[in-house]
Amino acid sequence: MTYSLREALVAFRRAPLLAGVSAGMIALSLFVVGLFGIVAYNIRKVIEGVEARVEVVAYLRDDASPADVQALRHELAGLPAVRAVRYVSREEALLVAREELAEFSAVFGSMESNPLPASLEVSLRPNQKGPDAVRAVAQRIGANPAVEEVRYGNEWLDKVFLLRSVAATATGVLGTGFAAVAILIIGAAVRLAIFARREEIAIMQLVGATNWFIRKPFLLEGLLTGLIGGTLAALATWLTYSVLTSVVFSLVWIPSLWVAGGILAGGALGAIASWLAVRRHLRLA
Amino acid sequence: MISLLHVTKSYPRTGDALADVSLTLHKGELCFLTGHSGAGKSTIMRLIHMAEFPTIGEVRVSGYSSERIRQREIALLRRKIGFCFQDFRLLQDRTAAENVAFALEVTGARPQVIRAKVPRLLAQVGLASKAEALPSQLSGGEQQRVAMARALVHEPLVVLADEPTGNLDERATRGIFELLRNINQSGTAVLLATHNLELVRANPDVRVIELDHGRLVYDSAADGVPV
Repeated sequence: MTYSLREALVAFRRAPLLAGVSAGMIALSLFVVGLFGIVAYNIRKVIEGVEARVEVVAYLRDDASPADVQALRHELAGLPAVRAVRYVSREEALLVAREELAEFSAVFGSMESNPLPASLEVSLRPNQKGPDAVRAVAQRIGANPAVEEVRYGNEWLDKVFLLRSVAATATGVLGTGFAAVAILIIGAAVRLAIFARREEIAIMQLVGATNWFIRKPFLLEGLLTGLIGGTLAALATWLTYSVLTSVVFSLVWIPSLWVAGGILAGGALGAIASWLAVRRHLRLA
Repeated sequence: MISLLHVTKSYPRTGDALADVSLTLHKGELCFLTGHSGAGKSTIMRLIHMAEFPTIGEVRVSGYSSERIRQREIALLRRKIGFCFQDFRLLQDRTAAENVAFALEVTGARPQVIRAKVPRLLAQVGLASKAEALPSQLSGGEQQRVAMARALVHEPLVVLADEPTGNLDERATRGIFELLRNINQSGTAVLLATHNLELVRANPDVRVIELDHGRLVYDSAADGVPV
């Protein structure tokens, strides 16, 4: 390992520009991924907040009997997706409306009769808040004759989840694209390094060095380049995040595990690129 | 120890480099491999070194067969074979000692082994005083001696010398051949590819194998009768 590490470090000294370009390319790739990661993570946070508040409200018919309402409550409580069902009487609804809509208190006060219907607020289990799960529960409730109308925010629920899908897909596609470019560039850099050391490699093969031994310095070189690139990307992403948060709008920083994953991904990209380049050379040698 | 059994080696563009060649090199044997340029001498060397494989036939070296050898075993086999070339193939940015040490280092030898072996090998080839010289500071004969010291690092069963005197003057040629003889006398087989017929004639005790257009046309071990 001493020989491999020494040779890997010597490679940086021999061609610092090439090593810098390779590390820079990985940094740029992972920086873009990092920025989209921040966007995706913040969207996810927003969606989690929205999801926490997702509930289905069933407005009951005025002529629904207490027995009908009780039967419906039992039926809903028995559904696997449902966490809790709360009955809101007409009086409670009016009280809440007066509190939450204080600017209309005069209107509510002048009414001779209560226009608000009684309702059932159905909250769902955390893993049952996707659009399909919510819609299925809403349809089940809407089919009950005691129910006048069902509301569950269908007009925005799909959009929020679509936004999350778009952000995740964009991160994935751009990340893959930039990773591929990084692999090509690092591969080219390693091929140049191999070309510069082709006589050395030929002698290594001549005297009986194993292919693994020949590969090791190049793999280490790729790994180190990738780790440096990954670290630079993490720094650049953090700086951009800091500037955006202090100047434009507040964002949430991505989890440390994501940062560590990004740096390790840089190392993996570098090692993969080197592996491919050396394997090709040894196969042709 | 080394056998070529009905070996044919063909290349897509140039055709047969070797055609149905069979020969055996025994342990501790010294042998000239002669023939004009393109006769197939270097191809035989590369086949023995398992840098190439026969199109037809089989090469056996020290228990390894070209038909069954695995990639990792090729590296191990090469540690039993020393190889010298006409163009020396030394690393120009390393001293004589470092060139020899390199062959040990890349096969995982421990530093203390390298420190002990390198001066001994340089002394064996008569270059003890030139250990710190770069190849550019050495004569052709001296560079070839460094290459030979490198070829001996693993105490090989055989040294394959491919035109080792091709770039050398007469005096240096004699010196290199004497060195190869000394190596042979210590028990290492030597296969010396050369088209230097003067050298061959000057050493009538040495076995001669002659190739012509990829065919084995003469083997002095077969009582001097053309084969």
